[in-house]
This record gives sequence, structure tokens and C-alpha cells, in this order.
Amino acid sequence: MSVNVQNLSVAYRSRLGDVTAVDDVSFSLADGEIMGLAGESGSGKSTLGNALVFLDPRMKATGGKVTVDGRDLPIADNGAMRHKRMTEVSLVPQYAMSALTPTRKIGRLINDLLKSHHIKNRDEVLTELKRRLALIGLKEEVLGKYSFELSGGMRQRVTIIMSTLLNPSLLIADEVTSALDVSTQRAVGEMLLEFRDRGYVKSAIAITHDLSILAQIADSIAIMYAGRLAERAPTSVIVDNPLHPYTQALLNSLPEVGVRHDQALLTGIPGRPPSLANPPAGCRFRERCPFAFDKCTQTPPFEEIRPGHLVACWKVSQEQTAVTAGAGQEQA
Amino acid sequence: MRRYLTRKLITYVLAFFVGVTLDWALPHFMPGDPIQGMLSKYNVGSNASYAALYQQFSSEFGLNVPLWQQYLNFWHGVLTGNLGVSIYENPASVTSVVFQAMPYTLALLVPAVLLSYTLGNRLGAAAARRRFLDNWVLPVGYIFQAIPYAGLALLVPFLFGSLWHLFPTSLGYSENLIPTFDWTFISSLLDHWFLPFLTVFIVSLGGWAIGMRNLVIYELENDSSRYLRALGASERVVRGYAYRNASLPQLSGLALQLGVVIGGNIVTEIAFQYPGLGSLIYKAISNEDYFLLQGIFIFIVIGVLLANFIIDLVFISVDPRTRLSMQGAAA
Amino acid sequence: MSESISEAAAPEVAAVGLPSVRGVGAAPRKRNDFLYYGLRNKKLVFGLGLELILVLVALIGPMLAKYQPLQTTLPLQHPGSQHWLGTDLTGYDMYSQLTNGLRESYLIGALGAAFAAVVGMALGFIAGWRGGWVDELVQMITNVIVMIPSLVLLVVIGSYLSSRSILFEGAFIGLTTWPWVARAVRAQTFSLRGREYVELARLSGKRPVSIILKEIAPNMASYLFLAVILLFGSSMLIAASYDFLGLGPSGTVSIGWILNQAENGSALLYHLWWWFVPPVAVLTAMVAALLIANVGLDEVFNPKLREQ
Ligand SMILES: Nc1ncnc2c1ncn2[C@@H]1O[C@H](COP(=O)(O)OP(=O)(O)O)[C@@H](O)[C@H]1O
Ligand code: SF4
Ligand SMILES: [Mg+2]
Repeated sequence: MSVNVQNLSVAYRSRLGDVTAVDDVSFSLADGEIMGLAGESGSGKSTLGNALVFLDPRMKATGGKVTVDGRDLPIADNGAMRHKRMTEVSLVPQYAMSALTPTRKIGRLINDLLKSHHIKNRDEVLTELKRRLALIGLKEEVLGKYSFELSGGMRQRVTIIMSTLLNPSLLIADEVTSALDVSTQRAVGEMLLEFRDRGYVKSAIAITHDLSILAQIADSIAIMYAGRLAERAPTSVIVDNPLHPYTQALLNSLPEVGVRHDQALLTGIPGRPPSLANPPAGCRFRERCPFAFDKCTQTPPFEEIRPGHLVACWKVSQEQTAVTAGAGQEQA
Repeated sequence: MRRYLTRKLITYVLAFFVGVTLDWALPHFMPGDPIQGMLSKYNVGSNASYAALYQQFSSEFGLNVPLWQQYLNFWHGVLTGNLGVSIYENPASVTSVVFQAMPYTLALLVPAVLLSYTLGNRLGAAAARRRFLDNWVLPVGYIFQAIPYAGLALLVPFLFGSLWHLFPTSLGYSENLIPTFDWTFISSLLDHWFLPFLTVFIVSLGGWAIGMRNLVIYELENDSSRYLRALGASERVVRGYAYRNASLPQLSGLALQLGVVIGGNIVTEIAFQYPGLGSLIYKAISNEDYFLLQGIFIFIVIGVLLANFIIDLVFISVDPRTRLSMQGAAA
Repeated sequence: MSESISEAAAPEVAAVGLPSVRGVGAAPRKRNDFLYYGLRNKKLVFGLGLELILVLVALIGPMLAKYQPLQTTLPLQHPGSQHWLGTDLTGYDMYSQLTNGLRESYLIGALGAAFAAVVGMALGFIAGWRGGWVDELVQMITNVIVMIPSLVLLVVIGSYLSSRSILFEGAFIGLTTWPWVARAVRAQTFSLRGREYVELARLSGKRPVSIILKEIAPNMASYLFLAVILLFGSSMLIAASYDFLGLGPSGTVSIGWILNQAENGSALLYHLWWWFVPPVAVLTAMVAALLIANVGLDEVFNPKLREQ
């Protein structure tokens, strides 16, 4: 396992107390795996992704443990994290369009970053940088340009190249396609695949609220709802045979491929996600779930229903026990 | 490039035009008659000699031709540097009187502005998000920024002069010296220069420090700083970038603040009787020397325009957006 | 993709203390938050508290004075029980002068800020909303006004006027400082104009004036508020300079005028510190309190700036 996240909780400090935006989340990634992380806006996807790379002062990790390549990732220790950023874990932020400083040329910016990391063979890295630019069809000239001279798609690609330049083990790609038009979305998605295939990144988490793009690039998909993981399974399983009622609703409400959707995602299901400042006990999807029953007032465990398929739903785990019990009876 | 420069150029020309026109029009359209005011001082006896004198002054100052011609004559005078004769330093020309005073003003203004700007920026940037330094820079900065020029121009000489006898508190050099290029004179110049300089410097320092502190905090919280941190850039690099970005609005602020600083400089000069343009203005008012006043106004307008032009050039060299949009328009 | 020059230069006002261009949006549901953080922001509480005290002094102080500001009593009295802040060379009671001067400073601050805010906001909104040549023209005027040295202009005008009123001084200050507001408002309007809800309002055929008043202005309310506070402070400072040079309102007692008297009366030479130190300290406190409250408010409106 190249990445292992156990019981991670992350909170924002706010005046009404902590807002736990990521609550007891566990998952792991194999070498070479791209995991899609999907869910409505505000479900905590970015918080989860950011926490793995850079906890800003308003956030704090309230529990959990992260390892990358078998080594501890001290996410709460900003100082210890500094040199692990970009080299072990890296981030293409959701705000990529405004992430590049306006007063320095891209090349200079990258060079300063390398210096800041005390990279010795900087020339080699810069040669590699040019190779990678060429690979995705960007001219070397972009290094001599300022961010505002680049189109949105170019900025997005430049940030991906920058963030992956030192071959991190884990890349968080937060909404890298959301701000782009459809054809550029596809190209950027393919770029991620290519970078993974070439080993520029060992594994990646692709965050999006757009399931259709994940179907194209992700090996597995995790569905997040109100700060918790609802379901996690290989992409084909999620797409063809989702078990969690929320995943099902999400897929049912999915319009044609490529159409963007955000808040209007769950028009099929009335209601909105609960507030994270003061979430209800039990299953957080309860109020909107057509299958909710009395047991759902307790928090459902995130269980492996089948190998590689984890679900947090009482209905699913009950059916599962019924099936296995039934199977057991038959055998008896 | 052309578009940007054209726009700037039009602004400069327009400002100059407005300045000169105001300068000419105000005396003409304000209530009161400058010549009458002047003559009232001479205690002219008979009505006939009064009328004769009035006539003479009118023609001497070019007031006996139609308005539009006076206006054109004024422009001609401005463009040829012939702004008439100073009444109180008669027969010296306005231009020569102004040129005598100008070095003193520049000697105060230029170092005070440049030093307060650079030092203030450094201090403010260093204080941003650093509690200990901020606890010092912020309150002191507020007080400096909030202190009126007129107030500091009394407090500084009171402390450094009347109480502690460290520096002279009036004039540009010792009264008993004759301007020569020797050490005695130069040290006297410096001695007299220090307190008015300190006054102008201190007031500006606070403003720049606080402005920079706030801007750097904004920059440190924005997306590009977050990204740099997320990629493991050292705090030094993050701050360096924040400083660079924050310098742009500070620089435009410098252009905006010029008027205020010049005003403060005038107040300071008058309080210290420092022989620059400010004191000259004061003398011009008390002697009702309207031609001199008009001349000083023109020169200050020209000075502001020049300073703006220089700041523009620096801005272009620092801000890639402006620079590139200039090149973009040319391509 | 290059942004226009005007946009690049937009946050300039920040340098004089105004916040730079950024997303501002004070949704009503955040009101409680503002109150909460406002009451907990040391800068805001200190600044407002100090200002409040000074306003009270300006309101009540003159009523407690035993003498009229321009009533001659014994000259050169040290501060004491008879004359709380002493008397000057002529025998004017400094307590009476100072508290009256305080009043006038606030009056001038309010007038200057009001004039500047009205003109600056009107022109800023128009320029930012209409864009194009209107914007170009307004910017040009703004830049020209900035380059005319206002103090010298006042000297020229003032030397021809036999008497000047407080209203004249306030108007003059406002009419020479509005460019600061105009620039800020223009930049904000520019960036808000592109927002979805404004776009929506425009498409639905609302009149520009109503969009500006109902959609744009409320969204920059916090920003405008900060700008007006700063103008208030700078108007008081500018007035002090004018009054010091004898260009202030005729026949009134202001802090700048007191300083002028102190300077002319050789207060420095005779170490009559009570003549000028209290007025300077009070005016500095008045303006500093505003500045401090301003930064505090900025932190309240803008969560990212709060102390961490
Ligand atoms: N600065 C903040 N302070 C308090 N709560 C926040 C902050 N930022 C985000 N949150 C909370 O965290 C939740 C998750 O946000 P985010 O991770 O950005 O969601 P996503 O990326 O899935 O859209 C939001 O619903 C919000 O309630
Ligand atoms: S646990 Fe209950 S409420 Fe939650 S999704 Fe499953 S059935 Fe619905
Ligand atoms: Mg997000």
C-alpha cells in the first residue's frame, strides 16, 4: 500500500466550536492507483485533500494517522511536512486558476521552489521540466511567461506539472477539470493518467464533484457525504453496482456524460446535506434516505462488504449478513 | 504601448492644462482686486496719482488687454519660463526666486519620501504576521500616521531644540553665515536640515509601514501564497513573493500620496522657517505677492507631474501586467 | 488573458490604508458573526472606545468650560484648578479652546468625508458600471485631480477670500480627496459587475441605478464603511494643516488654529508646552483611534485577516 489513511478527522476552528469537515475517514491506495473522490460541494473533499498536504492555520487534524510508502506523514506538524511537500505528497489546489503569483515568471517561480527545497541537481530537474512540458504539448516559452498570460487550461496544466515535478508518491488533484471546457477536461484527465503511467506520481486522489470524469480516469472511487466516506469500490463497481443509497441517488441524478452539475446534483432527492458544525447522530444521509429505518440513528460502520468494496450503510450490511447467513443455512 | 502611453500623456497634459488655467483664472475671478490691494499699501495721496499708478501697474502686469489675450500671454509666460516679477523681492523674477528656494524643498522632500517609503515598507512587511514586531510597529505606526504635520512640526523642534538643544529649529543655515562651499556652511545646512527632514519623514513612515503590513497580510493569505506553502516553499520565499506583490499597490499609493506629502512639507517648512517653496508661499501670502504665488503653483504642478512620471516608469518596470499590456497593445 | 491596466492598478488605495480589492460580501446571516468577532477584536474595541470617549469630550467638554474660547483671562497660566489646561499668551483658556477645537475637527471630518464619499461613490459607481469611455473619462478626471496640489490651490484661493466658513473648508477637503473613494469604488464595482447575481439582475431588465443600489452597494458596504472612516480621519488631519497655515474657517477655534497661535506666540521658545502638546495629542488620538478601529473592522469583515 503506498498510501494509508486511518481514522482521519480534520476540523476548522470557528466561533461556534470546531466544524469537523472530515470525520473518521479511512482508506488506502495501492501503488499506481488513482482514486476518485466524489461528493456534493461542501462534503469535505477539499478539506481531506488539503489536510494530506498542507493544513492551514484555520484547520487542525483532530485524529488519525497517515502513512505514505510505509512512513508516517506528520500532517499536523507544519515544519516536518515542509520538505515532504512536493516530494512525497503534493497538491494541485482547487484554486489553481489563482494559485500562480502574478509578478513572477513561471520558470522563475519553479526555480525558486526548487531552491527552497535545496534541490542539488536543479539543471537536471529543469531539463526534465522541459521534457514534461513538451510531453503535454506546451511550449518551453511558458516558462518565460506570467500566469496571467496563460489561458485557464494552460494554467491548470502548468500547476499539475509544477506540483508533480519532484515525483511525489501521492498527488491530490482537486477539481482539476472543473473550471475547464469539455475538450480541455478530457486532455487534463489524460494528462493525469499519463503522469501516473510514467511514474511521475505513484498514486493520486482525483477530487471532483463530477462523477463522469472519474469514470474515465479513476481506478477506484470513494464517495463522500457530509464529511464521511459513504462508499468505496473499484470504478466499475461504483458505476454498475453501487450499494450505498447515496451513491445510487448520485448516479441516478447524473445527466449525460460531460454535463456539469454541482448543487443541483441531487434534484432527485429532496433535502440538503446536514450542517457539519452540528451534525446529527447516526447515518448522516438519514434525513434524505428513502430506505432509512430505526437502526440508522446509529452511525453505520465503514465495512468491507466484499473484497475491495466498502460501504457505510445499515441496510447494506444487513442485507449482506442476510445473504451470508442464507448462504450459511443452505450449506448447513 | 501606444494606448497606455497616450492615456498617460493625455492625463499629464490635461493636468498641466487644468493647473495652469486654474492658476491664471483664480486671481481673475476671485473677489478682490490685486492691484487695488497692492496700492492700498502705498498710501497714495490724490485720486489722480492713484489712477496713474493703477494704470501703470495694470500695464506692467499685462492686465490692460482683453481676458483671452491675458490668458494666452500667461501661457506664453509659462512656456517660456517668464512668470513675471516678484513684488516683494522686486526686481527679481518669479522664476529666479522659485529656483532659489527649490533646492531646499527638494532636499527635504526627496530623502524624506524615499527613505520613509523604503524603510516603512521593510518595517511593515517584517511586522506582518509576526506578533512581537507587530506589537511594536503597529501602535507606533498608527501614532506616526495619525499625528498632524503641524503638530509634529511643533513637537520635534520643542524636544530636539527648545528642551534638548540638539539641533537648530529655524532657517536653512546660520544667519551669520554667507552661503559658500565650505565645511562650516555645509554642516550648518545639514544641522538645520535635520529636524524638518525628520518631521516629514516620521509622518510618512507610519503610513507606509501600516499600509505594507496590511498588504503583506492580504498577500500571505491569498491563493498564491497558499500554493507556495502547499508546495513546501520556505517562509522566506513566501514572504518574498508577498512583498513583491504588495509593492505594486504601495507604489501607486506613493503617487496618490504625493499631494499630501507636499502639503505636509509646506507646513513643515513654514513651521521651521526653512527657506524652501513652502516658506516662500508664506512670504508670498503675507506680502500679497500674487505673481510669486502663481509661479510657485506652476512649479509645484510641474514637480508633481514629473514625480508621477517617474513613479509610472518604475511601476511599469515592476508590474508585468502593465508592461505586457503595453507590449500587447503594440503588437 | 491579460488584465487591463486599470485593473492591475486597482488595489492602489490599499496603500493609504484601504483594503485592496477582494471579494467582499456581507451576507445578512453573517451579521451575528460580525458582532461576535467585532466585540472580540481588541483593535476595534480599543479604537471605537477611545473614539467614543473623544466624541463625548467634544460634545460635553465645551459645556463644562468656565470660559469662552475667545475670552481673555490671565495670560500664561500653568495648568491647574483655575485653568485646567492653562492659558496662552493672550489669556485664552486652553481647555475651552481645545474642547471647542475638538468639536470643529469632528465637524470638518464629517463634512470632508461626506463630500468625498458622495462625489467619489457617484463617480466610482458610474465609471465601474458603464466602463468604456465614461470610465476612461472619470479616471482621467480622477488622475488630474490627484495631481493638482490641493494645499497650494487652497493657498491661492484662500488668499483672495476675506472670510471662509467651516462648510467651505469641509467642501474643499471633500472635493479634493474624493479620488481615493472613486478609485476604490470603481475597482470594486468593476469586479462585482461580472458576478452572477448582478448579471442576473441586469438580464432581468432592472435599471442600473437600482442594481447599483440594491445589488452592488450592499455588497461593498463594509468596504465603503472602511473607506469613509479613513476619509474622516484624513479630513481632520488636512484641516489641521490648513488651519495651521491660517487658511481655516474665519473666527472659529480649531486645533490647527491653536497650533498656529502657539507657533506665532513663541510657545516653543518659552516652553509653553500646554499650549500645543494637548491639542496635538488629542488630534493624534482622534485619528489613531479611527485608524485602529478601521484595521479592526477590516479583520472582522475579512476572516482571513483575523489574528491566528
Ligand atoms: N474556513 C472554513 N471555516 C469553517 N468551515 C469551513 C471552512 N472551509 C470549509 N468549511 C466547511 O467544510 C466543509 C467542507 O468544505 P470543502 O472541503 O471545501 O468541501 P468540498 O471540497 O467537498 O466542496 C464545508 O461544508 C464547510 O462547512
Ligand atoms: S444507513 Fe440508513 S439512512 Fe444511512 S444510507 Fe443506509 S439506509 Fe440510508
Ligand atoms: Mg472542494
